[in-house]
This record gives sequence, structure tokens and C-alpha cells, in this order.
Amino acid sequence: MLKQIFAVTALNLRSIPQRWGMSLATIIAVALVVSVLLAFMAMSNGFSATLSGSGSDNVAMVLRKGAQTELNSGISGEQIRLISEAPGLSRDENGNTIISAELYVIADGLKRSTMTKVNLPLRGVGKNAMQLREGMKITQGTMFASGSNELIVGEAVIREFAGFDLGQEIRLGPNTWKVVGIFSTGGTVFESEIWANAGVLQNLFRRGNSYQSVRAELDGADGLEKFKQWAENEPQLSLDIQTEKQFFAGQAGSLENMVNFVGWPLAIIMAIGALAGAWNTMYASVDARISEIATLRTIGFNGFSTFIGTMVEALLLAFIGGLLGALLAYLMFNGLSTSTLSAGFTQVVFKFEVTAQSVQSGIIMALIVGFLGGLAPSIRAARVPLTSVNGG
Amino acid sequence: MNTNTPLYELRNLSKRYSRGGENIPIFDNLNMSIENGDFIAIMGPSGSGKTTLLNQLGGIDKPSTGEVLFEGQRIDNLSQGQLAKWRSANIGFIFQFYNLMPTLTAAQNVELPLLLSPVKKSERRARIATALDIVGIGDRAHHRPRQLSGGQQQRVAIARAIVADPKVLLCDEPTGDLDRTSADEILKMLQVLNKDMGKTIIMVTHDPEAAKYAKTELFLDKGEFIRRERK
Ligand SMILES: Nc1ncnc2c1ncn2[C@@H]1O[C@H](COP(=O)(O)OP(=O)(O)OP(=O)(O)O)[C@@H](O)[C@H]1O
Ligand SMILES: [Mg+2]
Repeated sequence: MLKQIFAVTALNLRSIPQRWGMSLATIIAVALVVSVLLAFMAMSNGFSATLSGSGSDNVAMVLRKGAQTELNSGISGEQIRLISEAPGLSRDENGNTIISAELYVIADGLKRSTMTKVNLPLRGVGKNAMQLREGMKITQGTMFASGSNELIVGEAVIREFAGFDLGQEIRLGPNTWKVVGIFSTGGTVFESEIWANAGVLQNLFRRGNSYQSVRAELDGADGLEKFKQWAENEPQLSLDIQTEKQFFAGQAGSLENMVNFVGWPLAIIMAIGALAGAWNTMYASVDARISEIATLRTIGFNGFSTFIGTMVEALLLAFIGGLLGALLAYLMFNGLSTSTLSAGFTQVVFKFEVTAQSVQSGIIMALIVGFLGGLAPSIRAARVPLTSVNGG
Repeated sequence: MNTNTPLYELRNLSKRYSRGGENIPIFDNLNMSIENGDFIAIMGPSGSGKTTLLNQLGGIDKPSTGEVLFEGQRIDNLSQGQLAKWRSANIGFIFQFYNLMPTLTAAQNVELPLLLSPVKKSERRARIATALDIVGIGDRAHHRPRQLSGGQQQRVAIARAIVADPKVLLCDEPTGDLDRTSADEILKMLQVLNKDMGKTIIMVTHDPEAAKYAKTELFLDKGEFIRRERK
């Protein structure tokens, strides 16, 4: 049984060069499906990795109730004074809480790749901001001087957007700024930001004494709960409090939705096209070998072996297509740096990540295309009428 | 098996095709038997049903009604799987257009029937060599069909038909595509296989010269047989 299956399968595979044009077209169609799917997955993986790597479990993120993003939020100076005395927050040697009240506004930037105008996040910060971002360091230049028109920018900003090189003067909003430093945060979302002094921004953007978000270092595992409890019972406060990690995980959801609602459907529509291609190719394969198959069956080979022979050919073409697609996606997209709109309508810079797991999904998708495309032709191969052996 | 049992027996064999709602009979209530060791040439006008008859004998097509018995056992009611096994054990087929696998060498083509038998790989090689030697093209074992003449391809096909040592060879116009010289060589070879190796041969042919090589001639016309023994 096995001998005849091997023999028929080998015959099938040997005959592929006779249809190399169609076979190649099928391989390419499957490769395109897989590479599109993997591109979307790589984007999602990279975006999630950037955002999930961004937040800390030890830092509370405070926004106005219902704000969801920093851009929509607002917190007054009065409220911040209250928060700075809250329980559940850790305190330094002088007994002060470590909080950072921050502004978050939009500035215009130019994307290097397309030279189109995009929204860049301009963050106004005070002295504790850096301390609350783990792993943050100035890699070139210096920190801006308090109260000055100086900026520091993230490494991703330099990479993706024009005009932010060290020492350069740049016009953002109503003001001209000087870039005095470049910072790294190890690939987190903050690297896509521009930082300036909070007080200067409050003046320029007429924000009075108000801010948009507060970050506060938590005191131990139950710190968040204590802090939230306290805030809920404080009549002057109406806040959403979560850990910074939870905050970013929520933001990552938007791009995951895009993969689920755009990436997969697109890949599936393309897969249907590739499936039609595989179906066509395999029908041609069976048609070209009707007499050959009938001869084998006449000699005594069974229908199952001719079914398997055709199915293996279909799966092999699809598998090669899948591998090619994965390779294509890897070469074209892996490590590709790009930026996209985050949920806050500003640009987040991240890198595409083609993971082993997504390659596996791509190959499985390819094999499904091969199986479905090869099924009807394989059944046909099993049921070739023996009398066609006389067809010549 | 009773020695009086004929190799084949056809009982009230009928075959009809329905074409456009019409039921067209090819032959009706055919009765005959074929003895072991015979070499039969079946002749008749085109469309008279020669190939259709051969297909019944080879178990690759089923009668509309009637029975086909091989060594006293009905084969017309066997399943497709049983028939495939039966064919591989008992029948060698030879076709007008050789039906070789174009991507396989002569030796690989000849090996195909052995893949259906329990013959071991080492013995397969010996059997293939013997079969190719019998048909006189042992030196072409590693050629592909495209590199062989029509006569040579038909020899490979004969080697394939005899390699598993079946009792019966069914040949449909085995010389229909060959020139006179090649045809005569092939026919002599069939004669040798019949005489020296005891193969029962049933050969369909249009060619009266070819029919002369057979022991028995059968004319099939309008669903009737006319039988003529040579010797
Ligand atoms: N599958 C089929 N469906 C309908 N009619 C068929 C089918 N196969 C054969 N026939 C018809 O049956 C008749 C006998 O065909 P067959 O091939 O047996 O003739 P033949 O004697 O071998 O002819 P030839 O000498 O041309 O090979 C023909 O009229 C043919 O058209
Ligand atoms: Mg015929």
C-alpha cells in the first residue's frame, strides 16, 4: 500500500516541471497570502511589544474620569496638590510622594519617508518625569534647562521624522525651540515623544495651572488599591486610576483590532483567490495525467494512491508558497521601523516583528489553502474512469 | 480448479450505452468461453465493440447485464478494490499507444506492477532485467520513453505487462501505431509468450496480417461472434 502511494506521489511530483508555469503561479499566490498575513501580524506583534513594554506596574496612571487618553484628559493644579498627599504612593527620604504631572499636546512633524505632515506628541514634564520611566537616559546632549525653550527628543523621533537633529532649531506651535538632547527608553512608546518643560508649555498653550495626566510611583503591591479607594472617596476628585502597564495594554487593543478586522479578512479574501489558483493548477495536473492515472489504475493501483499523489502535490506547492511568503515577509518587514497613529491620535513608532508563531500560522494557512484547493482535483484523480485508458 | 473449467466464460453478456435518452446496445446476450493457453485475435469493424469487450474481460468496465467468469469465479460483481487486486494478479495490459509514464525510465515503468506485489526490492531488480531481456531491450533500461522508437516503447510495455507473471495478456491494437517490421516483431514476441510461456493472449486488431499470428480469430459484428480456428 505504502509502496504504491510513494510511487504515485513520486510520479506526480516528477510531472510538476511539465506545468511549471501554473505551479509557480500557485506558489506565488500562496506566498502573497502568507506574506500579507504575516505583515499584519508583524505589525500587531511589534506594536503590542512596544506598548506592552512601555508601561510599568509600579506607576499609577491618573486621568480624568472617562478620558481614556492623555490628550482628552485634564487635571487641575488643585487636584494635583491633593493627589500628591494621597495614600498608597511611595515616598522619598523627605516624605514626599514621587509624582509627575504632565501635559500632552500635539505638535506638527514631517515624516521622513513620505514627507507628510503628522501629529507628534509633545510632552510637558517636570523634575520627576525621568525617574518614573525605567531605563530612560539621555544618549546625546543634555536635559533641557527648566523654564527654557529647549527640547529633548526620543530616538525614534529622530529616525522617523525630519528636523529634530541635535542642536537644530525647530518651530512647534507658537514657539521656536532648540533640540538640546536625545533620549532612549529602550524601545518603549516614549521614544516617539518630544519633551519640554511643563511650565513653558502651560504658558504657550494657555493651560493656566492645569495638566493632563499624573504619574505616581506606587507603594508596594496594594498601593494601587489604597490609592484608588482614597480617590473614590475624595469628593473633589473624579479620576480614572490604573497602572501605567494597564493603560498601554488598553491602547494596544486598537491595532490588534485592525489586524483582526482588516488583516485577517484581507488575507482570507486573498486566500480564496490563491485557493482558486491551486484548484485550477491541480485540475490541470489531473487533466494532463488522465491517461497516466487510468493506466496506473488499470495495472492495479488503487484510487486512494492517486488521491494522495494529487493531494501531496497540492500541499507541496502550498507549503513552498508558505515558506516563500514567510521569507518574503521576514525580509521585507521584520525589524522595519514605522509609525502609526496610536489611540491618542499621535504617532507611535514601533518595529515590525515577524515571530516564529506567526510564521507557523502562515504556513498552516498555506496548507489549508493547498488542502482545500487540492481536494476536488484529488477526488477527481481517484475517480478517473478506467476506460479512459484507451484514449491514447 | 476443475481442468474442464474454461479460463473465461461470458454468460448472456450485454452492454448498452444510453446516449441522449436512447439505449444503444453494443452487444446483446453474448456467450462464449476462452480456454487457457489460447491466442485470440478479435477483429471487426470500428465501433463494433471490440474495446468494450476487452474492457469486460479486463475488469475495467462492467456489463449492463450478464456475467463474466474467470476460472469459474464471477468478476463482474467484484468491488473496484477487489478488481484492482485481481487485475494486478492476473492480467497484463498492452495498449495501442503504449501508455508508458513519460517521466519514468524503461526499468521504472516495468517496475510499476511489482510495486503492487510482495516482491522484494532485490528480486524486483532481477525480474525487471529478465522482463526487459525477454523483449530484447535490456540495453535500454535507463532510457525514457521519449528516447525510444514506437516499437521499442511497445516492448517496454510488454515487459511491464509480463513482469508480474500474469496468466492473461489483453492487447488492444498493440501494433496499430507501428510500421510493418516493428509490428511483425511485436507479434512474433506475443506468439513466443503464448507458446513458450503459456500466456493466454486476447488481442484486438484491425489488421488481418496481425490476426494471422493468433490461434483463433473472432469476428465481432453487430453484436455477434463469428469464430474461426486456425489450426
Ligand atoms: N463511454 C461510452 N459512452 C457511450 N458510448 C460509448 C462509450 N464507449 C464506447 N461507446 C460506443 O460503443 C461502441 C463500441 O465502442 P468500442 O470502442 O468498443 O468499439 P471498437 O470496436 O473498439 O472500435 P475501434 O475499432 O474504433 O476501436 C461505439 O459506437 C462507441 O461510440
Ligand atoms: Mg477499440
